[in-house]
Parts: sequence; C-alpha cells; structure tokens
Amino acid sequence: MDLSYYQLTTSQRIKRKISSFFKNIGKNIRDFFVNIFKAVIGFFIGIGRGFKEFGLNFWHGDALTKASHFVLGLSHLFRGQIVRGIIYLLLEAAFVVYMVLFGGNYLAMCFENFFGGGNIGRTETHNYWNEELGIYDKMPGDNSFLILLYGILTLFVIIFFVMVYIGATRESYILEQYYIIGKKPQNLRGDIGQLLDNKFHITLLSLPMIGLFIFTIIPLITMILVAFTNYDAAHEVPEHLFQWVGFDNFTNMFKSESKLGATYWRVLSWTLIWAVLATFTSYIFGMLLAMLINRKGIKLKKLYRTLFVATIAVPQFVSLLIMSKMLDTGGGVLGSGGGIITQLIEQIFNFHLKFGIDINTTRICIVLVNMWIGVPYSMLMCSGILMNIPNDLYESARIDGASPARQFFKITLPYMLFVTGPYLITQFIGNINNFNVIYLLSGGGPGDILLYTDGAKGTDLLITWLYNLSLGASRNYKLASVIGILVFIISATFSLIVYNKSSAVKGEDNFQ
Amino acid sequence: MSEQIKNPNSATESKQELTNWQKIDQMEADIERQLPKKKRKGGMKFRKIFGDTAGQVFLTILSIIWVIPLFYLIVQSFRKEPGAWSPTFFPQEWTLDNYKRLFTETPFLQWYGNTLLIAICSCIITALFVLCTAYAFSRMKFKARKPMMNIMLILGMFPGFMSMSAVYFLLKILLPENYQSHASLIIVYSAGAALSYYIAKGFFDTVPKSLDEAARIDGSSRFRTFYKIILPLSKSIIIYTILTSFISPWCDYIFVSFIMAGVPDTGMYTVSLGMYKWLEREMIQQYFTTFCAAAVIVATPITALFMWLQKYYVEGVTGGAVKG
Repeated sequence: MDLSYYQLTTSQRIKRKISSFFKNIGKNIRDFFVNIFKAVIGFFIGIGRGFKEFGLNFWHGDALTKASHFVLGLSHLFRGQIVRGIIYLLLEAAFVVYMVLFGGNYLAMCFENFFGGGNIGRTETHNYWNEELGIYDKMPGDNSFLILLYGILTLFVIIFFVMVYIGATRESYILEQYYIIGKKPQNLRGDIGQLLDNKFHITLLSLPMIGLFIFTIIPLITMILVAFTNYDAAHEVPEHLFQWVGFDNFTNMFKSESKLGATYWRVLSWTLIWAVLATFTSYIFGMLLAMLINRKGIKLKKLYRTLFVATIAVPQFVSLLIMSKMLDTGGGVLGSGGGIITQLIEQIFNFHLKFGIDINTTRICIVLVNMWIGVPYSMLMCSGILMNIPNDLYESARIDGASPARQFFKITLPYMLFVTGPYLITQFIGNINNFNVIYLLSGGGPGDILLYTDGAKGTDLLITWLYNLSLGASRNYKLASVIGILVFIISATFSLIVYNKSSAVKGEDNFQ
Repeated sequence: MSEQIKNPNSATESKQELTNWQKIDQMEADIERQLPKKKRKGGMKFRKIFGDTAGQVFLTILSIIWVIPLFYLIVQSFRKEPGAWSPTFFPQEWTLDNYKRLFTETPFLQWYGNTLLIAICSCIITALFVLCTAYAFSRMKFKARKPMMNIMLILGMFPGFMSMSAVYFLLKILLPENYQSHASLIIVYSAGAALSYYIAKGFFDTVPKSLDEAARIDGSSRFRTFYKIILPLSKSIIIYTILTSFISPWCDYIFVSFIMAGVPDTGMYTVSLGMYKWLEREMIQQYFTTFCAAAVIVATPITALFMWLQKYYVEGVTGGAVKG
C-alpha cells in the first residue's frame, strides 16, 4: 500500500480496494502456482541435503555409528540413552517383521499391475471340489479393496520408518560427537521434560494427527486411487477382483456424447446454478433484512432476530423434513391431499404444485426453501458488520441527496461485498456441498430416465449423487471417487481466487 | 496476466490508477452538482413515520411467514386424527397421545440416549483435539508447522463424505465384531476433528504472546503455560468448540445413515436416522404425528443451545473473514 492511498477518502479507498481485488485475481492464481513450484523445488533441495548429511555422517562416523546405521539404536544403547536405544531397536524390529509378514506382500499385490491395467490381488474367489464333504465349496480369494487399503498403509509405514531411521542415525552421529568431547547426553527425564516444554507440539499433535491419519488421510487416498480402478457393482469385493484402468473413468465422464457424460454435465451445471442462486439470494435478502431490523425507528428488534434465527437453530433434518412434507403432493396422485402448502395453493390459486414431479418446479421450491434457512443465517452474519460501516459515508450521501436505493448500491453493497468476500466464497463452496438441503427436501428427485443415468436425478447435486453412488442401489464406487475428485477441484479453484486475500493467510507471514 | 508482465513497474501503475480514480470522483461530483436538488420540507417527518410503520408491518408479516412451518410442526404434534395429511392447519381434535406413544411404543427414548452418549463422547474428544491442534499451530515453532497447515487446508477441500466407503472398511478391520456401533460413530465424528482447528487458532492468535513470554521467563514450561494461563483465558472458544461438536451428532444424517445401513436392530439408531425412517413412504401414514412430537422434543434443547451460543457462533464464523 503506497502513501497516496492514505490521501483518499473512505469511499475512494473502498472502491480502490474492490477494484484491486478483482485485478489481482490473475496475480493470485499465478502466485499460487509459483508458490507450489517453489515448495516442490524446496522439497527436493531439502531431500538432497538430507542425503548429503546422511552420507557424510555415515562416512565420518566411527564403527559404532556405522553399525547403528544397520541396527538402529545401537550407539544409543552404548552411549547412555538406553530407553531411546531400546525404542529404536524395537521399532526397527517391528518394521522388519511387518514388512516381511504382511506389508511387503500387500504392497506388491497392490501396485504390481499398476501399469497395464492388471488385477489388484492374485486369486479370485472360485469354486473347488471339497473331497471331505463331497460338494463344491467356495474358496475365498483376495479382497482387492483391502489390498489397496493395506498397500497405502504400508507406503505410509515405510515413509514413517524412513523418517525415524534418518532421525536415529543423525542422533547416533551427534552422540558420537558428545562422546568425543566428553559431554553427557540428555537422560530420559530430560527427554520427557522436553516433550512438555520445547517439544510440546509433539505431545499436543500426536493424538489428533493419528486420528486424522488413520480416519481421514488413508481412506481419502484409497478412495482417490479407486477413481483409477473399475471398482463397481460388477466387481464387488470380496467375490470379484477389480483392476487398474488408468484414466478411463475420467475420459468416460467427460465424453459428452455418452449418456454418462451428458448426465455429468447436467448435474454439474445444476450444482453451479444452485450454488450461485442459493448463495446470492440468501446473501442479498439477508442483508436487506438485517438493514431493516437495524433501522432506527424499528421496535422489538431482539424479538424479530430471535424469530428469524429460530429456523436455523432447529436441526436441519427436522426443519427440512417438515418442509418437504408440507410441499409433498401426496404420493404423486393428483388431488389426493398432500402437504398443507400444496393443498392451500390448490385451494386458493387452483394450481397444482408439482413438487417432486416436475424438475423445474422442484428446483425453484428448493431455492425458495433454502432462503428460509439461508436468509436468517446471513442476517446473523451481516448485522454486526453493517453497524461497522462508517456513518459519515451515509451522512455525506444524504446531504448530496442520494436516495436510499442509491445509498444501498453505492455504499452498503460494495462495502459488504468487500468485507464479506471470503465469507461469501466459503458459503459458495458450502452450497456446492450442501447435502442436507437437497437430500432432505427432495431426495434428489424427481428422476428422469431419459436424461439421467447411474442413479442421478433431476435435483441431485454432485455431492448427493456421490452419496447415492456409494450407498444407493447403483453401487459405483469408481464413479463416486471421480465425482469426489471433481468436487475437490471445483472447491479448490474457488478457494484459489481468495487465496492470499484472506487475513488468515496474510497474518501468517508475520508469525513470531 | 500479460499486462502485468509488460508493465512490471507497479509504482507508476498505481499512480495512474489513483489519478483515474480521482478523475472518476471528480466527474461524479460534477454530475451530482448539476442534478436538481430534491425539495422536501414538511414531508420529512411524515416520511420517517410512514417508513417505520411500513417496516414494522413488513417485518411482522415476514417473521410470521418464517415461523409458520415451525408452528405447524408444534400444532401437528398435538393432532389426534391419524394419517400424514390433514386438510386443515390446526388439528380438529387435540391430544397428548403422540407424546405418550413416543415414549411407550417406539424406541425413541433409546435413540435419544444413544445420541446423547455419542454427542457427549465425541464432543469431549473433538474439543481436546481441536484445542491441542490450534494451540500447537498458534504458539509452537517447528519445522513441519507450515506444511502441515497447508496439507490440512487441502484435505478440508475434499468432500468429507468421499472417504466414507474406505472408513467403513477400516472400521470393519478395527472393530470386527461390532463395526456398526456407537463406537464407530464416535470415531467418525471425532477422529478428523483436527481439521477444524481454524477458529480456535484464530482465537489463540489474538491472546497476547507477551503472556506466554512472561510465563516462560518465570520458568514455566510450555505445558504449564497452556494449562494454567491460556486455557483459563479461552473459556469462550472452549464453550464454542464443545457446543458445536455436541450439536453436530444430533443434526447429522449422512454419516449415521452410511454406518448404520442395513442394521436390523432399530434400537441402535440415533434420533435423526430413526425419525427419518418414520417419514418414508411406508411409515408416514402411521407415524407423521409421532414424528412431529419427537421433533419438538429433539429440537427444543438444541434450539435453546444454539440461541445461547449465537454470539460465539457469529464471532467464530465471521472472525477470520471480517478483519480483511
């Protein structure tokens, strides 16, 4: 920010900030890739340095240090850090046993046919002649999915062990130096004390990271790899094996002439339209509502706020399910009662609301019902910020004779858009992944066999389609994984736009 | 992007920009001056009163529209006539039987207990994980800090549900006897809790670092500083973390429906799953009013909690974004 910025009036500053925000989108994206590139280069340089240090340590170390490159913890045992030495020794033994008995085999089975599209696993479940019983019996074969899971687990075990190994060998060299100059190494009590002090982060992070690792990272990577296999109902484990297929699933998805491709584009476009509509209707109306409640002459402000907030406070599966039943047509038969709203509309306007029957009607209803929940939510967010807008902006506008509408479009909206920009993007991504509203209101329906395939329906978002594919009638895990990856790409792209822009990222640079 | 490469001298660029802005402002001011000034003398007060009244009326109507569905839910829970659809908004005959039925004929009480147990366990674990992670990232200096934060940012962009099939298999391996159990649900809700550390970290960042430094000069270890100084100061964020993670199992449908898919024993369900089943096509005629009664009982404490938590909630969500 240069000096001239401070000469501007508040409104000019806001204008300038907004314009520079949009100008910088391109630059932000470029910066992002430059940063990734730098990180990758830095990573490789780091690895190179590590190898160099490792080699030098091995070369310069004495016999004990050299030996402890093969038997971890040997020099610890002989140079006064007995507990550490035993831990390293046990870790190495455990690693060797794990690899020989379990991991090595799975790793090989998992990736041996990675190129060329072979099976994951070796023997398929098959029938064989059981001589004792005199019948044909089933011989269970390999479970491809478990092999994949264990293969990835083994990869991470190897990475973990390499890290332990490098740390241990470096320590053994340092211990040797201590030994030479006659300094005593840290004892066990010191080690434990460190874990509560300078190395407190290890204590703090170990449990959360183990949880994250086992139940988020490993499953996620497994599912990402599933997108490159043909795991579906026809290759259901444990009866059948599935195969590596490379990028076939992605190319099938993007062929717009195939039915699957067409379905994908339909679902994607509705997802984006939905996200835009849901975000902006809730945002604009929520802001207007907040302004109205904030207005000076209005009484009972607190009561109004509470009444509106009640709709978001009620659990969504209650509020949305009751809404869906109020809109229901009563089993699709015309004139058979149905939900209270449908009935009222039929009585008053003589119009049959085809919620859950006609795709477009359902979509409009969903957006409207989403406003019912979304508007109070953004009202809650906006009312505090609205009060922060400097009052002199409005005063000077009023003196110049600007109408309330003009004030809104020239002052309030630009200010709010600027301040709540990151929040808006988060909302947008949240709406792309808004499972609850779609699933609980319409269940993704109505279906249309002519337009959609593979379990997708008229109001399905990518995320509800993913849910149906991994749980519903048409189990198609490979497709579910492809969709998951695509959702990730979409979310990441939109987050990229505000990358570097949010204060959270900026403030990080001047950390400590 | 090409423009920026052509014109790398950003200082001159911004100077240009400034003059442009000034020009625009000048022009706008000119236009404004040329416009005829509106005449309003006596109408001012009338307009204000009129606007206030109109606003008041409008708000009242709007808030009534907003509350009607919830009100409908409550009155339907007292309806005596059976069936899913009633032709009138208010029931023709009022009764408490739906509530009675809820506790005597259905496993609702069991579901409530299950959900409560899951919510309490997962909120304790979640709060622990989130606070530890947030404090470590906010205060400790270590090599892997930045890469870890970036990885967690990226992990958070994948749809959380995507990995569920693999988690299901993992649970089958880890808990072979009862993988469709409450323990599984607790794991699913809380194991990945570290990912949502942002809000708590944002809070810890605002606690002055000089407090830590003073404590360390006095010889306090990191652990003691965290435990004795930072945690007592962080009451609001602890309440926020505990309450949000307590509420989420009550509202979750997607994960519980996946883990509990095909469980024959309905007594294992949580409230959301069990109540969802009541509204399926085969059950709705019989159970609609019971659903409404159950919804009232579930929603009342959750709504009260949310109302109480509102302030923290707004701070949490806008806190990071607004300061921009």
